[in-house]
Amino acid sequence: MKHYEVEILDAKTKDKLCFLDKVEPNATIGEIKSMFHKSHPQWYPARQSIRLDPKGKSLKDEDVLQHLPVGTTATFYFRDLGAQISWVTVFLTEYTGPLVIYLMFYFRVPFIYASKYDFTTSKHWVVHLACMCHSFHYVKRLLETLFVHRFSHGTMPLRNIFKNCTYYWGFAAWMAYYINHPLYTPPIYGEQQIRLALIIFLFCQIGNFSIHIALRNLRPPGSKTRKIPYPTKNPFTWIFLLVSCPNYTYELGSWLGFTLMTQCLPVAFFTLVGFVQMTVWAKGKHRSYLKEFRDYPPLRSPILPFIL
Amino acid sequence: MASSEEDGTVEEKENNNKKRTKSALVTAWLTFYNIAMTAGWLVLAITMMRFYIQRGTHKGLYRSIARTLKFFQTFALVEVRLTFVGIVKTSVIVNGVQVCSRIFMVWFVTNSIRQIQNEESVILFLVVWTVMEISRYSYYTFSLLHHLPYFIKWARYNFFIVLYPLGVAGELLTIYAALPFVRRSGMYSMRLPNKYNVSFDYYYCLIIVMLSYIPLFPQLYLHMLRQRRRVLHGEVIVEKDE
Repeated sequence: MKHYEVEILDAKTKDKLCFLDKVEPNATIGEIKSMFHKSHPQWYPARQSIRLDPKGKSLKDEDVLQHLPVGTTATFYFRDLGAQISWVTVFLTEYTGPLVIYLMFYFRVPFIYASKYDFTTSKHWVVHLACMCHSFHYVKRLLETLFVHRFSHGTMPLRNIFKNCTYYWGFAAWMAYYINHPLYTPPIYGEQQIRLALIIFLFCQIGNFSIHIALRNLRPPGSKTRKIPYPTKNPFTWIFLLVSCPNYTYELGSWLGFTLMTQCLPVAFFTLVGFVQMTVWAKGKHRSYLKEFRDYPPLRSPILPFIL
Repeated sequence: MASSEEDGTVEEKENNNKKRTKSALVTAWLTFYNIAMTAGWLVLAITMMRFYIQRGTHKGLYRSIARTLKFFQTFALVEVRLTFVGIVKTSVIVNGVQVCSRIFMVWFVTNSIRQIQNEESVILFLVVWTVMEISRYSYYTFSLLHHLPYFIKWARYNFFIVLYPLGVAGELLTIYAALPFVRRSGMYSMRLPNKYNVSFDYYYCLIIVMLSYIPLFPQLYLHMLRQRRRVLHGEVIVEKDE
Protein backbone atom coordinates (compact mmCIF):
# COMPACT_ATOMS: atom_id res chain seq x y z
CA MET A 1 0.00 0.00 0.00
CA LYS A 2 1.44 3.30 -1.04
CA HIS A 3 1.73 5.77 1.77
CA TYR A 4 1.13 9.47 1.41
CA GLU A 5 3.16 12.33 2.73
CA VAL A 6 1.24 15.25 4.10
CA GLU A 7 2.58 18.72 4.68
CA ILE A 8 0.51 21.40 6.35
CA LEU A 9 1.25 25.05 5.68
CA ASP A 10 -0.11 28.16 7.34
CA ALA A 11 -2.69 29.64 4.97
CA LYS A 12 -1.54 33.22 5.59
CA THR A 13 2.23 33.02 6.04
CA LYS A 14 2.78 29.78 4.06
CA ASP A 15 5.12 28.60 6.83
CA LYS A 16 5.55 24.86 7.06
CA LEU A 17 3.76 23.90 10.24
CA CYS A 18 3.76 20.15 10.11
CA PHE A 19 5.06 17.26 8.04
CA LEU A 20 3.48 13.84 8.31
CA ASP A 21 4.97 10.90 6.55
CA LYS A 22 3.60 7.39 6.09
CA VAL A 23 -0.02 8.52 6.07
CA GLU A 24 -2.50 5.83 5.03
CA PRO A 25 -4.31 6.58 1.76
CA ASN A 26 -7.65 5.95 3.42
CA ALA A 27 -6.92 8.35 6.25
CA THR A 28 -9.60 10.96 6.77
CA ILE A 29 -9.11 14.69 7.27
CA GLY A 30 -10.34 14.14 10.82
CA GLU A 31 -7.47 11.72 11.46
CA ILE A 32 -5.00 14.13 9.90
CA LYS A 33 -6.33 16.86 12.20
CA SER A 34 -5.67 14.62 15.20
CA MET A 35 -2.13 14.02 14.02
CA PHE A 36 -1.60 17.74 13.51
CA HIS A 37 -2.97 18.36 16.99
CA LYS A 38 -0.25 16.12 18.44
CA SER A 39 2.50 18.34 17.07
CA HIS A 40 0.62 21.54 17.90
CA PRO A 41 -1.33 20.86 21.12
CA GLN A 42 -2.81 24.36 21.24
CA TRP A 43 -4.76 23.73 18.03
CA TYR A 44 -7.28 21.05 18.91
CA PRO A 45 -9.04 19.53 15.87
CA ALA A 46 -12.23 21.58 16.30
CA ARG A 47 -10.40 24.83 15.68
CA GLN A 48 -8.49 23.59 12.62
CA SER A 49 -9.64 24.56 9.18
CA ILE A 50 -7.79 22.43 6.62
CA ARG A 51 -8.11 23.31 2.98
CA LEU A 52 -6.53 22.55 -0.37
CA ASP A 53 -6.22 26.20 -1.24
CA PRO A 54 -5.31 29.03 1.16
CA LYS A 55 -8.49 30.88 0.25
CA GLY A 56 -10.62 27.84 -0.43
CA LYS A 57 -13.36 26.11 1.49
CA SER A 58 -12.64 23.98 4.52
CA LEU A 59 -12.36 20.27 3.93
CA LYS A 60 -14.74 18.03 5.83
CA ASP A 61 -13.59 15.64 8.53
CA GLU A 62 -15.04 12.72 6.57
CA ASP A 63 -13.09 13.46 3.38
CA VAL A 64 -10.66 10.65 2.58
CA LEU A 65 -7.09 11.50 1.58
CA GLN A 66 -6.91 9.33 -1.52
CA HIS A 67 -10.18 10.74 -2.90
CA LEU A 68 -8.89 14.29 -2.77
CA PRO A 69 -7.21 15.92 -5.78
CA VAL A 70 -3.71 15.64 -4.32
CA GLY A 71 -0.55 13.83 -5.28
CA THR A 72 1.26 11.38 -3.03
CA THR A 73 2.76 14.40 -1.31
CA ALA A 74 -0.30 16.36 -0.29
CA THR A 75 -0.11 20.01 0.64
CA PHE A 76 -2.81 21.40 2.86
CA TYR A 77 -3.33 24.88 4.22
CA PHE A 78 -4.30 25.53 7.82
CA ARG A 79 -6.36 28.32 9.27
CA ASP A 80 -7.00 28.78 12.99
CA LEU A 81 -10.72 29.18 13.59
CA GLY A 82 -10.12 30.57 17.05
CA ALA A 83 -11.26 29.17 20.35
CA GLN A 84 -14.24 26.90 19.87
CA ILE A 85 -17.08 25.90 22.09
CA SER A 86 -19.48 23.02 21.57
CA TRP A 87 -22.98 23.76 20.28
CA VAL A 88 -24.49 21.77 23.12
CA THR A 89 -22.71 23.93 25.70
CA VAL A 90 -23.84 27.13 23.99
CA PHE A 91 -27.45 25.98 23.72
CA LEU A 92 -27.60 24.82 27.32
CA THR A 93 -26.16 28.10 28.58
CA GLU A 94 -28.25 30.37 26.42
CA TYR A 95 -31.50 28.54 27.29
CA THR A 96 -30.93 28.10 31.02
CA GLY A 97 -30.50 31.86 31.41
CA PRO A 98 -34.02 32.88 30.31
CA LEU A 99 -35.53 30.08 32.36
CA VAL A 100 -33.87 31.24 35.58
CA ILE A 101 -34.11 34.97 34.88
CA TYR A 102 -37.82 34.90 34.12
CA LEU A 103 -38.49 33.00 37.35
CA MET A 104 -36.52 35.59 39.30
CA PHE A 105 -38.84 38.29 38.00
CA TYR A 106 -41.90 36.08 38.50
CA PHE A 107 -41.09 35.51 42.16
CA ARG A 108 -40.23 39.21 42.48
CA VAL A 109 -36.80 38.70 43.90
CA PRO A 110 -35.60 41.84 45.82
CA PHE A 111 -34.04 44.85 44.08
CA ILE A 112 -36.12 44.50 40.91
CA TYR A 113 -39.36 46.14 41.90
CA ALA A 114 -40.17 48.40 44.85
CA SER A 115 -39.35 46.61 48.11
CA LYS A 116 -42.97 46.40 49.22
CA TYR A 117 -43.52 43.92 46.35
CA ASP A 118 -40.66 41.58 47.28
CA PHE A 119 -41.67 37.95 46.99
CA THR A 120 -45.29 38.79 46.29
CA THR A 121 -47.18 37.21 43.42
CA SER A 122 -49.26 38.87 40.74
CA LYS A 123 -53.01 38.94 41.19
CA HIS A 124 -53.60 38.28 37.47
CA TRP A 125 -53.90 34.60 36.55
CA VAL A 126 -52.56 35.32 33.03
CA VAL A 127 -49.22 36.18 34.64
CA HIS A 128 -49.06 32.70 36.18
CA LEU A 129 -50.04 31.17 32.86
CA ALA A 130 -47.38 33.19 31.05
CA CYS A 131 -44.74 32.00 33.50
CA MET A 132 -45.76 28.40 32.92
CA CYS A 133 -45.65 28.82 29.14
CA HIS A 134 -42.32 30.61 29.11
CA SER A 135 -40.73 28.07 31.45
CA PHE A 136 -42.22 25.17 29.52
CA HIS A 137 -40.79 26.58 26.31
CA TYR A 138 -37.25 26.77 27.63
CA VAL A 139 -37.38 23.43 29.43
CA LYS A 140 -38.51 21.93 26.13
CA ARG A 141 -35.57 23.57 24.38
CA LEU A 142 -33.10 22.26 26.97
CA LEU A 143 -34.45 18.72 26.71
CA GLU A 144 -34.38 18.88 22.93
CA THR A 145 -30.75 20.01 23.03
CA LEU A 146 -29.86 17.06 25.23
CA PHE A 147 -31.96 14.33 23.64
CA VAL A 148 -33.35 15.29 20.26
CA HIS A 149 -31.11 17.47 18.14
CA ARG A 150 -28.39 15.97 15.97
CA PHE A 151 -25.84 18.67 15.21
CA SER A 152 -23.88 18.71 11.96
CA HIS A 153 -21.21 20.96 13.42
CA GLY A 154 -19.71 20.09 16.77
CA THR A 155 -18.48 23.55 17.67
CA MET A 156 -18.82 27.26 17.04
CA PRO A 157 -16.48 30.19 17.77
CA LEU A 158 -16.26 31.08 21.45
CA ARG A 159 -17.35 34.70 21.01
CA ASN A 160 -20.76 33.47 19.87
CA ILE A 161 -21.68 32.42 23.38
CA PHE A 162 -21.37 36.02 24.60
CA LYS A 163 -23.38 37.37 21.70
CA ASN A 164 -26.10 34.72 21.99
CA CYS A 165 -26.40 34.87 25.75
CA THR A 166 -26.67 38.66 25.69
CA TYR A 167 -29.54 38.32 23.22
CA TYR A 168 -31.50 35.60 25.02
CA TRP A 169 -30.82 36.70 28.58
CA GLY A 170 -31.28 40.40 27.81
CA PHE A 171 -34.62 39.94 26.10
CA ALA A 172 -35.82 37.50 28.77
CA ALA A 173 -35.10 40.08 31.48
CA TRP A 174 -36.76 42.85 29.50
CA MET A 175 -39.94 40.84 28.86
CA ALA A 176 -40.11 39.33 32.33
CA TYR A 177 -39.76 42.75 33.96
CA TYR A 178 -42.99 44.02 32.43
CA ILE A 179 -45.07 40.87 32.53
CA ASN A 180 -44.40 40.36 36.23
CA HIS A 181 -44.58 44.04 37.13
CA PRO A 182 -46.99 45.03 39.89
CA LEU A 183 -48.52 47.55 37.45
CA TYR A 184 -49.02 44.98 34.69
CA THR A 185 -52.19 45.44 32.62
CA PRO A 186 -53.84 42.18 31.51
CA PRO A 187 -55.00 41.74 27.87
CA ILE A 188 -57.85 43.99 26.73
CA TYR A 189 -60.08 41.20 25.50
CA GLY A 190 -59.55 39.24 28.68
CA GLU A 191 -60.26 35.54 28.85
CA GLN A 192 -61.07 35.16 25.13
CA GLN A 193 -57.76 36.64 24.13
CA ILE A 194 -55.80 34.57 26.62
CA ARG A 195 -57.54 31.35 25.64
CA LEU A 196 -56.94 31.88 21.93
CA ALA A 197 -53.32 32.79 22.64
CA LEU A 198 -52.82 29.64 24.71
CA ILE A 199 -54.25 27.45 21.96
CA ILE A 200 -51.95 29.01 19.38
CA PHE A 201 -48.99 28.67 21.71
CA LEU A 202 -49.59 25.00 22.54
CA PHE A 203 -50.37 24.11 18.93
CA CYS A 204 -47.11 25.63 17.78
CA GLN A 205 -45.09 24.08 20.60
CA ILE A 206 -46.34 20.62 19.61
CA GLY A 207 -45.72 21.48 15.96
CA ASN A 208 -42.20 22.65 16.64
CA PHE A 209 -41.46 19.49 18.62
CA SER A 210 -42.90 17.29 15.86
CA ILE A 211 -40.62 18.93 13.32
CA HIS A 212 -37.58 18.44 15.53
CA ILE A 213 -38.41 14.75 15.89
CA ALA A 214 -38.98 14.40 12.14
CA LEU A 215 -35.65 16.06 11.38
CA ARG A 216 -33.90 13.84 13.91
CA ASN A 217 -35.31 10.73 12.29
CA LEU A 218 -33.94 11.80 8.94
CA ARG A 219 -30.46 11.37 10.26
CA PRO A 220 -29.09 8.10 11.61
CA PRO A 221 -27.27 8.45 14.96
CA GLY A 222 -23.72 9.80 14.70
CA SER A 223 -24.08 10.71 11.04
CA LYS A 224 -24.08 14.04 9.28
CA THR A 225 -26.12 13.09 6.23
CA ARG A 226 -28.59 15.54 4.77
CA LYS A 227 -31.89 14.49 3.24
CA ILE A 228 -35.01 16.27 2.07
CA PRO A 229 -37.57 16.25 4.89
CA TYR A 230 -41.04 15.01 3.96
CA PRO A 231 -44.41 14.96 5.77
CA THR A 232 -44.87 11.94 8.04
CA LYS A 233 -47.95 10.39 9.60
CA ASN A 234 -47.95 13.18 12.19
CA PRO A 235 -50.32 15.91 10.92
CA PHE A 236 -48.08 18.58 12.39
CA THR A 237 -45.43 17.66 9.83
CA TRP A 238 -47.76 18.09 6.86
CA ILE A 239 -46.57 21.70 6.75
CA PHE A 240 -43.43 20.31 5.07
CA LEU A 241 -45.49 20.38 1.88
CA LEU A 242 -45.43 24.16 1.92
CA VAL A 243 -42.38 25.18 3.96
CA SER A 244 -38.69 24.22 4.10
CA CYS A 245 -38.10 25.17 7.73
CA PRO A 246 -41.39 24.63 9.56
CA ASN A 247 -39.58 24.53 12.89
CA TYR A 248 -39.07 28.28 12.46
CA THR A 249 -42.64 28.75 11.31
CA TYR A 250 -43.94 27.06 14.45
CA GLU A 251 -41.47 28.99 16.60
CA LEU A 252 -42.81 32.26 15.20
CA GLY A 253 -46.32 31.05 15.90
CA SER A 254 -45.46 30.21 19.50
CA TRP A 255 -44.10 33.66 20.16
CA LEU A 256 -47.04 35.34 18.41
CA GLY A 257 -49.22 33.36 20.79
CA PHE A 258 -47.17 34.49 23.75
CA THR A 259 -47.35 38.12 22.57
CA LEU A 260 -51.12 37.86 22.32
CA MET A 261 -51.31 36.23 25.73
CA THR A 262 -49.25 38.85 27.54
CA GLN A 263 -50.10 41.89 25.39
CA CYS A 264 -46.64 43.19 26.07
CA LEU A 265 -44.70 45.31 23.57
CA PRO A 266 -41.24 43.97 24.50
CA VAL A 267 -42.54 40.46 23.72
CA ALA A 268 -43.76 41.69 20.33
CA PHE A 269 -40.37 43.20 19.74
CA PHE A 270 -38.62 39.96 20.68
CA THR A 271 -40.92 38.08 18.31
CA LEU A 272 -40.09 40.48 15.51
CA VAL A 273 -36.32 40.27 15.98
CA GLY A 274 -36.49 36.50 16.22
CA PHE A 275 -38.60 36.37 13.08
CA VAL A 276 -36.06 38.43 11.13
CA GLN A 277 -33.20 36.17 12.26
CA MET A 278 -35.12 32.97 11.55
CA THR A 279 -36.08 34.22 8.12
CA VAL A 280 -32.43 34.78 7.31
CA TRP A 281 -31.61 31.24 8.48
CA ALA A 282 -34.60 29.74 6.66
CA LYS A 283 -33.67 31.43 3.40
CA GLY A 284 -30.11 30.13 3.72
CA LYS A 285 -31.30 26.60 4.44
CA HIS A 286 -33.80 26.74 1.58
CA ARG A 287 -31.09 27.88 -0.79
CA SER A 288 -28.74 25.06 0.24
CA TYR A 289 -31.57 22.53 -0.15
CA LEU A 290 -32.17 23.80 -3.68
CA LYS A 291 -28.47 23.63 -4.46
CA GLU A 292 -27.99 20.15 -3.09
CA PHE A 293 -31.13 18.41 -4.33
CA ARG A 294 -32.25 18.61 -7.95
CA ASP A 295 -35.65 17.19 -7.19
CA TYR A 296 -36.47 19.59 -4.35
CA PRO A 297 -40.24 20.21 -4.18
CA PRO A 298 -40.90 23.52 -5.94
CA LEU A 299 -44.02 24.39 -3.93
CA ARG A 300 -42.05 25.04 -0.73
CA SER A 301 -41.20 28.47 0.64
CA PRO A 302 -38.44 29.04 3.21
CA ILE A 303 -40.53 30.01 6.24
CA LEU A 304 -44.02 31.34 5.45
CA PRO A 305 -46.19 29.36 2.99
CA PHE A 306 -46.29 31.17 -0.35
CA ILE A 307 -45.11 34.42 1.22
CA LEU A 308 -41.51 34.28 2.39
CA MET B 1 -18.79 30.68 -36.64
CA ALA B 2 -17.88 34.18 -37.66
CA SER B 3 -21.39 35.65 -37.47
CA SER B 4 -22.14 34.34 -33.98
CA GLU B 5 -18.74 35.56 -32.85
CA GLU B 6 -19.61 38.99 -34.14
CA ASP B 7 -22.96 38.83 -32.41
CA GLY B 8 -21.17 37.90 -29.25
CA THR B 9 -18.85 40.87 -29.38
CA VAL B 10 -21.65 43.25 -30.34
CA GLU B 11 -23.64 42.04 -27.36
CA GLU B 12 -20.63 42.44 -25.14
CA LYS B 13 -20.09 45.98 -26.41
CA GLU B 14 -23.74 46.73 -25.77
CA ASN B 15 -23.46 45.39 -22.25
CA ASN B 16 -20.30 47.37 -21.65
CA ASN B 17 -22.00 50.45 -23.01
CA LYS B 18 -24.95 49.83 -20.72
CA LYS B 19 -22.59 49.51 -17.79
CA ARG B 20 -20.76 52.64 -18.81
CA THR B 21 -23.93 54.66 -19.29
CA LYS B 22 -25.22 53.35 -15.97
CA SER B 23 -22.08 54.33 -14.12
CA ALA B 24 -21.96 57.65 -15.98
CA LEU B 25 -25.51 58.30 -14.85
CA VAL B 26 -24.69 57.32 -11.30
CA THR B 27 -21.59 59.53 -11.30
CA ALA B 28 -23.56 62.45 -12.70
CA TRP B 29 -26.20 62.02 -10.03
CA LEU B 30 -23.60 61.70 -7.28
CA THR B 31 -21.82 64.84 -8.49
CA PHE B 32 -25.08 66.74 -8.49
CA TYR B 33 -25.88 65.46 -5.00
CA ASN B 34 -22.50 66.51 -3.61
CA ILE B 35 -22.65 69.95 -5.25
CA ALA B 36 -26.10 70.47 -3.77
CA MET B 37 -24.95 69.43 -0.29
CA THR B 38 -21.84 71.66 -0.47
CA ALA B 39 -24.05 74.55 -1.52
CA GLY B 40 -26.54 73.81 1.26
CA TRP B 41 -23.95 73.83 4.01
CA LEU B 42 -22.32 76.95 2.50
CA VAL B 43 -25.70 78.69 2.70
CA LEU B 44 -25.95 77.62 6.34
CA ALA B 45 -22.47 78.95 7.07
CA ILE B 46 -23.15 82.28 5.40
CA THR B 47 -26.53 82.67 7.11
CA MET B 48 -24.97 81.98 10.49
CA MET B 49 -22.15 84.46 9.89
CA ARG B 50 -24.57 87.15 8.68
CA PHE B 51 -26.79 86.65 11.70
CA TYR B 52 -23.92 87.00 14.11
CA ILE B 53 -22.45 90.04 12.33
CA GLN B 54 -25.84 91.78 12.18
CA ARG B 55 -27.09 90.91 15.66
CA GLY B 56 -23.84 90.53 17.56
CA THR B 57 -25.30 87.64 19.57
CA HIS B 58 -25.92 83.97 19.01
CA LYS B 59 -29.33 84.04 20.64
CA GLY B 60 -31.95 83.20 18.09
CA LEU B 61 -29.34 81.99 15.62
CA TYR B 62 -30.50 78.40 15.81
CA ARG B 63 -34.10 79.34 15.09
CA SER B 64 -33.07 81.28 12.03
CA ILE B 65 -31.29 78.32 10.41
CA ALA B 66 -33.34 75.49 11.92
CA ARG B 67 -35.32 74.61 8.80
CA THR B 68 -32.36 74.65 6.43
CA LEU B 69 -30.31 72.59 8.87
CA LYS B 70 -33.04 70.00 9.27
CA PHE B 71 -33.47 69.73 5.53
CA PHE B 72 -29.83 69.23 4.61
CA GLN B 73 -28.93 67.07 7.56
CA THR B 74 -31.88 64.75 6.98
CA PHE B 75 -31.12 64.54 3.29
CA ALA B 76 -27.80 62.93 4.27
CA LEU B 77 -29.78 59.74 4.94
CA VAL B 78 -29.46 59.21 1.20
CA GLU B 79 -25.78 58.55 1.79
CA VAL B 80 -26.49 55.60 4.02
CA ARG B 81 -28.45 54.03 1.17
CA LEU B 82 -25.57 54.75 -1.22
CA THR B 83 -22.93 53.16 1.01
CA PHE B 84 -25.22 50.18 1.60
CA VAL B 85 -25.69 49.61 -2.12
CA GLY B 86 -21.96 50.01 -2.63
CA ILE B 87 -21.98 53.05 -4.86
CA VAL B 88 -20.02 55.05 -2.31
CA LYS B 89 -17.04 53.26 -0.84
CA THR B 90 -17.31 54.04 2.84
CA SER B 91 -18.09 51.62 5.60
CA VAL B 92 -21.86 51.38 6.00
CA ILE B 93 -21.54 51.16 9.76
CA VAL B 94 -19.27 54.20 10.12
CA ASN B 95 -21.40 56.33 7.85
CA GLY B 96 -24.60 54.98 9.40
CA VAL B 97 -23.50 55.79 12.96
CA GLN B 98 -22.46 59.30 12.00
CA VAL B 99 -25.69 60.09 10.16
CA CYS B 100 -27.78 58.59 12.95
CA SER B 101 -26.11 60.67 15.61
CA ARG B 102 -26.61 63.81 13.53
CA ILE B 103 -30.27 63.08 12.90
CA PHE B 104 -30.73 62.31 16.58
CA MET B 105 -29.15 65.62 17.64
CA VAL B 106 -31.11 67.69 15.14
CA TRP B 107 -34.55 66.09 15.51
CA PHE B 108 -34.64 64.70 19.00
CA VAL B 109 -32.56 67.18 20.94
CA THR B 110 -32.30 70.69 19.51
CA ASN B 111 -35.56 70.57 17.58
CA SER B 112 -37.68 69.23 20.42
CA ILE B 113 -36.15 70.91 23.44
CA ARG B 114 -36.67 74.63 22.85
CA GLN B 115 -34.99 75.74 26.01
CA ILE B 116 -31.50 74.70 24.96
CA GLN B 117 -31.55 76.24 21.49
CA ASN B 118 -29.62 79.29 22.63
CA GLU B 119 -26.87 77.41 24.40
CA GLU B 120 -23.30 78.12 23.34
CA SER B 121 -22.69 74.42 22.91
CA VAL B 122 -25.24 74.41 20.07
CA ILE B 123 -23.28 77.07 18.22
CA LEU B 124 -20.13 75.05 18.84
CA PHE B 125 -21.35 71.92 17.15
CA LEU B 126 -23.14 73.87 14.41
CA VAL B 127 -19.90 75.59 13.44
CA VAL B 128 -18.00 72.30 13.59
CA TRP B 129 -20.58 70.46 11.48
CA THR B 130 -20.69 73.26 8.91
CA VAL B 131 -16.93 73.37 8.40
CA MET B 132 -16.65 69.57 8.27
CA GLU B 133 -19.53 69.10 5.86
CA ILE B 134 -18.38 71.84 3.51
CA SER B 135 -14.89 70.34 3.32
CA ARG B 136 -16.27 66.81 3.02
CA TYR B 137 -18.83 67.46 0.29
CA SER B 138 -16.51 69.69 -1.72
CA TYR B 139 -13.89 66.92 -1.46
CA TYR B 140 -16.39 64.43 -2.91
CA THR B 141 -17.48 66.89 -5.59
CA PHE B 142 -13.99 67.65 -6.81
CA SER B 143 -12.98 63.99 -6.65
CA LEU B 144 -15.89 63.06 -8.89
CA LEU B 145 -14.92 65.82 -11.29
CA HIS B 146 -11.34 64.45 -11.24
CA HIS B 147 -10.05 67.88 -10.37
CA LEU B 148 -9.16 67.80 -6.69
CA PRO B 149 -7.18 70.77 -5.35
CA TYR B 150 -4.73 69.63 -2.71
CA PHE B 151 -5.95 72.08 -0.10
CA ILE B 152 -9.43 70.53 -0.18
CA LYS B 153 -7.95 67.10 0.38
CA TRP B 154 -5.77 68.57 3.12
CA ALA B 155 -8.74 70.26 4.76
CA ARG B 156 -10.93 67.17 4.67
CA TYR B 157 -8.31 64.96 6.23
CA ASN B 158 -6.86 67.42 8.76
CA PHE B 159 -9.68 69.60 10.05
CA PHE B 160 -11.31 66.64 11.75
CA ILE B 161 -8.34 66.19 14.08
CA VAL B 162 -9.42 69.25 16.03
CA LEU B 163 -13.03 69.55 14.92
CA TYR B 164 -14.19 66.01 15.78
CA PRO B 165 -13.45 66.35 19.51
CA LEU B 166 -14.86 69.89 19.51
CA GLY B 167 -18.02 68.72 17.83
CA VAL B 168 -18.42 65.87 20.29
CA ALA B 169 -17.93 68.33 23.15
CA GLY B 170 -20.64 70.59 21.71
CA GLU B 171 -23.06 67.70 21.27
CA LEU B 172 -22.48 66.24 24.73
CA LEU B 173 -22.77 69.62 26.44
CA THR B 174 -26.03 70.24 24.60
CA ILE B 175 -27.54 66.92 25.64
CA TYR B 176 -26.36 67.50 29.21
CA ALA B 177 -27.99 70.95 29.23
CA ALA B 178 -31.22 69.41 27.97
CA LEU B 179 -31.46 66.79 30.71
CA PRO B 180 -33.24 68.86 33.38
CA PHE B 181 -35.88 70.02 30.88
CA VAL B 182 -36.48 66.47 29.73
CA ARG B 183 -36.86 65.25 33.27
CA ARG B 184 -39.27 67.99 34.21
CA SER B 185 -41.48 67.68 31.13
CA GLY B 186 -41.38 63.89 30.88
CA MET B 187 -41.28 64.20 27.09
CA TYR B 188 -41.14 61.15 24.81
CA SER B 189 -41.64 59.01 27.89
CA MET B 190 -44.17 56.37 28.76
CA ARG B 191 -44.95 55.15 32.26
CA LEU B 192 -46.68 52.13 33.69
CA PRO B 193 -49.45 51.12 33.83
CA ASN B 194 -50.45 51.16 30.16
CA LYS B 195 -52.05 48.63 27.83
CA TYR B 196 -48.79 47.89 26.00
CA ASN B 197 -47.03 46.93 29.21
CA VAL B 198 -43.90 48.82 28.34
CA SER B 199 -42.18 51.89 29.72
CA PHE B 200 -39.66 54.29 28.29
CA ASP B 201 -37.80 57.08 30.01
CA TYR B 202 -36.27 59.58 27.59
CA TYR B 203 -34.13 61.01 30.38
CA TYR B 204 -32.27 57.73 30.90
CA CYS B 205 -32.22 57.16 27.16
CA LEU B 206 -30.30 60.43 26.75
CA ILE B 207 -27.87 59.40 29.47
CA ILE B 208 -27.27 56.11 27.66
CA VAL B 209 -26.73 58.04 24.42
CA MET B 210 -24.13 60.19 26.15
CA LEU B 211 -22.39 57.12 27.53
CA SER B 212 -22.37 55.50 24.10
CA TYR B 213 -20.06 58.24 22.87
CA ILE B 214 -17.34 56.63 25.01
CA PRO B 215 -16.99 53.46 22.92
CA LEU B 216 -18.16 54.95 19.61
CA PHE B 217 -16.23 58.21 19.31
CA PRO B 218 -12.70 56.69 19.57
CA GLN B 219 -13.57 54.16 16.91
CA LEU B 220 -14.79 56.81 14.47
CA TYR B 221 -11.81 59.01 15.26
CA LEU B 222 -9.31 56.18 14.74
CA HIS B 223 -11.07 55.25 11.52
CA MET B 224 -10.59 58.80 10.23
CA LEU B 225 -6.94 58.79 11.35
CA ARG B 226 -6.35 55.56 9.45
CA GLN B 227 -8.06 57.01 6.34
CA ARG B 228 -5.89 60.10 6.69
CA ARG B 229 -2.72 58.05 6.83
CA ARG B 230 -3.78 56.13 3.77
CA VAL B 231 -4.89 59.09 1.66
CA LEU B 232 -2.32 61.73 2.58
CA HIS B 233 0.73 59.55 3.06
CA GLY B 234 -0.02 56.70 0.70
CA GLU B 235 -0.44 53.09 1.65
CA VAL B 236 2.48 51.50 3.43
CA ILE B 237 2.80 47.85 2.52
CA VAL B 238 4.99 45.70 4.71
CA GLU B 239 6.48 42.77 2.85
CA LYS B 240 7.63 39.80 4.81
CA ASP B 241 10.29 38.84 2.29
CA GLU B 242 13.26 39.98 4.31
